Amino acid sequence: MKKELIQLIDISKSFDGQMVLDELNLHIHENEFVTLLGPSGCGKTTTLRILGGFTSPDKGRVVFDGQDITQIPPNKRQLNTVFQKYALFTHMTIAENIAFGLKIKKKSKSYIDDKIRYALKLVNLDGYENRMPDSLSGGQQQRIAIARAIVNEPKVLLLDEPLGALDLKLRQEMQYELIRMKNELGITFVYVTHDQEEALTMSDTIVVMNQGYIQQIGSPESIYNEPENAFVADFIGESNIIPATMIEDKLVSILGTRFACVDTGFGNNRPVDVVIRPEDVILVEPSEGIIQGVVSHLIFKGVHYEMEVQACGFEWLVHSTTLFPVGKEVGIRVDPFNIQIMNKPESEDEEAVIIDI
Amino acid sequence: MKTVAKRIYIALIILFLYAPIGILMVLSFNESKTRAKWGGFTFKWYIALFQNEEILRALFNTLLIAFTSSLIATVIGTVACISMTGMKRRAKSILMGVTNIPMLNADIVTGISLMLLYISLGIRFGMGTILLSHITFNIPYVILSVMPRMRQINVSTYEAALDLGSSPIHAFFKVVFPDLLPGILSGFLMAFTMSLDDFIITHFTKGVGVDTLSTKIYTEIKKGIKPEMYALSSLIFVTVLTLLVLINLSPTDKKKAE
Repeated sequence: MKKELIQLIDISKSFDGQMVLDELNLHIHENEFVTLLGPSGCGKTTTLRILGGFTSPDKGRVVFDGQDITQIPPNKRQLNTVFQKYALFTHMTIAENIAFGLKIKKKSKSYIDDKIRYALKLVNLDGYENRMPDSLSGGQQQRIAIARAIVNEPKVLLLDEPLGALDLKLRQEMQYELIRMKNELGITFVYVTHDQEEALTMSDTIVVMNQGYIQQIGSPESIYNEPENAFVADFIGESNIIPATMIEDKLVSILGTRFACVDTGFGNNRPVDVVIRPEDVILVEPSEGIIQGVVSHLIFKGVHYEMEVQACGFEWLVHSTTLFPVGKEVGIRVDPFNIQIMNKPESEDEEAVIIDI
Repeated sequence: MKTVAKRIYIALIILFLYAPIGILMVLSFNESKTRAKWGGFTFKWYIALFQNEEILRALFNTLLIAFTSSLIATVIGTVACISMTGMKRRAKSILMGVTNIPMLNADIVTGISLMLLYISLGIRFGMGTILLSHITFNIPYVILSVMPRMRQINVSTYEAALDLGSSPIHAFFKVVFPDLLPGILSGFLMAFTMSLDDFIITHFTKGVGVDTLSTKIYTEIKKGIKPEMYALSSLIFVTVLTLLVLINLSPTDKKKAE
C-alpha cells in the first residue's frame, strides 16, 4: 500500500448557514490520481479549496504528510492549483508566468530558465516563452497554467475542472496529456470535475460526492460496475434503477419475476434497488427471454442503438448493436453478474437525482 | 441624400456647441480691445497673461490643488474599491449609492454644505479647505472609473499568485494592481480635470486672498472683461479637452468581452 499523503478529517463547512460539507473524511495516497466527482453544489470545489488553503473549514483538520496544515495560508503550502479559468497573469509573458513561483523562491536565473524550458516541453509548447497569454488558445493557456504549477515541484497538484472550458476533442487530448504528466512526474493529482467520463478515463480513485457527503470511493471499475446506491448508479453513466425484493441470497424478484444474481448478504424478502446497465440488457426472441416486452422507442447513437422497451410496467433502457424496430415484441434477459443489488436509500440525500447532462 | 442630411444635422449640433468657444478663442488673438471689430492677429494678450503675477499665482494654485487632490483622491478611491469588493452585496450597493450622491448633487449645495461644515468645525479657509473639498468631490470619479476594472478582475489570478507562494501584499502589487492600473490612471485624469475646472465649490470654500484660475476669472470679469481673460479661458479649454481625449484613449475597456 502506498503512503498516505493527505488526510481530511471530519471537515465541515457551511456558507451563510448552508451546509456544504458535513463531516467529510478523505485519505489520499502518494502518486494517486484522485477525482472528486459530483453535480454542481456537491461540495467538490469547496473540498479542493480547503486543500489549497483558500477556504478554511469550520471544523476538522487537514493533514499533509503527517503535519497539520489547517491554519497554514496557501502561499506556505506545498501544493499548487490549476484554476478553472486558467488564471494566467495577462500582463506577463508565458516565461514570466511560469517563473513567477520560482522567482519568489529566489532561484537562480539559470535554474529558472532550465525549468521554463523543461515545463514548456512537458506541456508540448516549446518556444512559447515570449508570447503573451492572450495570444494563446484556451487549451494552450490551460497547459501553461499546468506548467506554471508544476515547475514549483509540488507534491500535490490540485485541478479545479481544468478542462471545463475546452471543446470535446481538445478535452480528450488533454486527458491523455494529464495521465502522461502524472506518470512522468510521479506527483499526486486531485482533480475536480462533474464529467463522469473524464473521471472514469483518468482516475485511479473516484470519490463520488453529493450534497456535501461522499457517496462512494473506489476505482473507476468498481464505481461503474458496483455502484453502492442509486445516486452513484444514476450519476455514473446511464442505468436502469428498478425497485425489487431480495428473496434470498442470489435470488431477486424484479417486477414480480425471479432473476438469478450473484449478491449475497442482503437478507431475505428485503426491499432493494437493482441497477442494470443498458448495455447489459440482452434483447432476444420473446420465447427465449425471462420477461417479455415491446420496443417503444429507437434512436441510432453511432456505436449502438438506444431502445426503450416496455416490460412489466417498467421502461427498460437498452443499448444494443442489434436493431429491434419499434412495436416489436422482444424477450429480455440479464446475466446474473450484471445485476447489481443496492440497499434502499436511507436518507433523502442518497436518493437518486435526475441529472441533465 | 439621407447621409447628407445627417451630416448637416451633426455639423449644426457641433456648431452650436462649439461656436461660443470658437469665438472666444478667435477674440483671444484679436489685436483690437473691443469685441466689435477685428484689429489683426496678435499674441499680446497671451503675453500679458503670463506677465500678470496674480494670474500666475492662481494658475499655480489651480495646478497644485488639482494635482494633490486628484492624487489623494485616487489613493482613497482605489483603496475604497478594493475593500468594497470584499463586502456583502447590500453593503456594497448602499456604499455605491452614497458615493454617487456628491456627483449628482448640485455643486452649489455641495459647496455651501462644505462651507458650513468648515465654519462649524472652526477650520480656517484657505488652500487647505479648497484641497479638502476637491478631494471630497474627486473620490466618486475615481471610484467610478476603478470599479468596472475591479469587477473584471478574475479573483483566481490573485489566488493563483498566493498559490505560487507570494504573500498577499506582493500578490496584490504584482498581479491585481497592473490590471487595475488603466482604471486608476483614467480615474486620476478625470479627477484632475474635474478639479481643474471647478468653480462653484472652490468659490464657497476658498476664503479671502486665495484664488484658483476659475475664481480669479470670476473676480476679474466683475471689474470688466479684459482680453487676457479670453486667452486664459482658451488655455483652460484646450487643457481640459486634451485631458478628456487622454482619458478616452486610455485602454479602460480592453478585454471587456469574456
